[in-house]
Amino acid sequence: MTDQRSPADRIDTLDVAAIKAQFPLLSKPFNGQPLVYLDSANTSQKPRVVLDAMKNFAETSYGPINRGAYELAVRSTDAHEAARATVARFINAPHHDEVIFVKNATEAINLVARSWGAAHLGEGDVVVLTHMEHHANIVPWQQLAAHNGFTIRWVPLTSDGQLDLTGLDTLLDGAKLFSFTAMSNVLGTITPVGELCAAAHRAGALALVDACQYAPHNVTDVQAWGADFLAFSSHKMCGPTGIGALWGRRELLEAMPPFLGGGNMIADVTVDGFLPAAIPAKFEAGTPAIIEAVGFGAAVDFLQQIGMDAIRAHEIEIAHYFIESLTARFGEQLTIHGPTDVDVRGATFSFAFRGIHPHDLSQVLDQRNVCVRAGHHCAKPLMRLYGVNATARASFYLYNDHADVDALAEALDSATDIFAF
Amino acid sequence: MTGLDDLYREIILDHYRSPRNRGQLEPPAVHKVGHNPLCGDEIDVYLQVDNGIVTDIRVGGQGCSISQSSASMMSEAVKGKSVDEVRALTKRFKGMMAIEDNTAAPDAALDGDLGDSDDDTDLGDLGALQGVAKFPVRIKCATLSWNTLLDALEHSK
Repeated sequence: MTDQRSPADRIDTLDVAAIKAQFPLLSKPFNGQPLVYLDSANTSQKPRVVLDAMKNFAETSYGPINRGAYELAVRSTDAHEAARATVARFINAPHHDEVIFVKNATEAINLVARSWGAAHLGEGDVVVLTHMEHHANIVPWQQLAAHNGFTIRWVPLTSDGQLDLTGLDTLLDGAKLFSFTAMSNVLGTITPVGELCAAAHRAGALALVDACQYAPHNVTDVQAWGADFLAFSSHKMCGPTGIGALWGRRELLEAMPPFLGGGNMIADVTVDGFLPAAIPAKFEAGTPAIIEAVGFGAAVDFLQQIGMDAIRAHEIEIAHYFIESLTARFGEQLTIHGPTDVDVRGATFSFAFRGIHPHDLSQVLDQRNVCVRAGHHCAKPLMRLYGVNATARASFYLYNDHADVDALAEALDSATDIFAF
Repeated sequence: MTGLDDLYREIILDHYRSPRNRGQLEPPAVHKVGHNPLCGDEIDVYLQVDNGIVTDIRVGGQGCSISQSSASMMSEAVKGKSVDEVRALTKRFKGMMAIEDNTAAPDAALDGDLGDSDDDTDLGDLGALQGVAKFPVRIKCATLSWNTLLDALEHSK
């Protein structure tokens, strides 16, 4: 998924002004000034079309799904399943019923851990993670390992914040699962997903791809990658909070025991026990986020109308501008963590600036409505590797332009005024 | 919008630049570590208590200007005080941080010299931190060292 063209050949085809105008929160003043939202790796803003889709659905077609013979229930079910089909197409899933709606990527990974993992991982088994995972792809495995007694191995990083794959085959030897991010939420690094899936399969392991940072910004194709599981969240890709997706290969999902028990996930229940429903219902206990599913589908439609290739091209261009302009302006006062090659990174940048603590930096930037994340980014093992407790992070999306990069640079200058020592 | 001048007062920046009582103490001094889960900051408090008096204190760890300056000022304020006085001071300091909860006239209370707290406990430089109460997300930065101090007091003879 890398862009082989040289920077000069890259053409940014996005009309960012027109895109920004579709986001209500971004197109009006906030505390009397423009909002410079640089925290999309945390959560993205919502376009009007997504908000309207949920409102229209709630006002015209909302009802229960998968039960009730009346027309309203049928309409609601159809809308919910249409959203599933849209999400399935977005990741090029072979079958729609392989997409399980969950709360977010975190729940998706927990589902795999608690269902597939609990059934298959025990003493002597190995799960391989990488040093650039966020807590959602660490803690579920640690929780399960504490109970089931398997070992976790870690793929190290190179000095420029990419995965060090020199010992990968050794690390994967004897592993049952390789669970890794497609794009680091801290470093912005894009990992070679297809290569990693192939390495996992050579070792006889399954490959779980955490795409919650990658899918909002790039073409995601589970078949081209040869992935076994994929996890991502709606709220990072212009959709609502409260919904995300787990995709898994059908034969894996069909063989896995249910995760949560309750209504909707059963085919039959007697006083002696229950028979689980077929996928996807088997993993969707209880009344799901129906309105949010419709919003999720609308967000996918919104992104695909613009085009994931165009979004990626735009973000390569923004990443390039960020690195060029801030490096030229601040020189060694600014340290960008992670790769500087825009072909192997997204437009998410953790950085250190003049030794100013990220919390202080974020506070000063906030005076100019520049929203950046300060903290450990839910990736404390990675922070420790870099020897820092916290970083500041600016993350860009399809609605950000050069003016946003410039506003950040101006605001950094104002931080210098306060902490000039 | 509240101005940054209320937050980053010169005396705070001075304690941040030149933190007092940095370092460690050997046992039997008590050592406690405090974490701010929001940002990952960590603070080490080493506390020596003899016959009910805080005879020495050292501070380590990393953090933002607010957490570091608060820890530095705290270390100066508690040294030589009795455990009871330190507890009273901690209570007073935390009360100052919670002033923003006072919906009656928060700004008026903040503009005064620590509002209605006229008791004899001398907050000294700590008074400069009252502006933090106007920035709710930073209150945890200011109170991190104090909560760690309370933890250390609990474990001191």
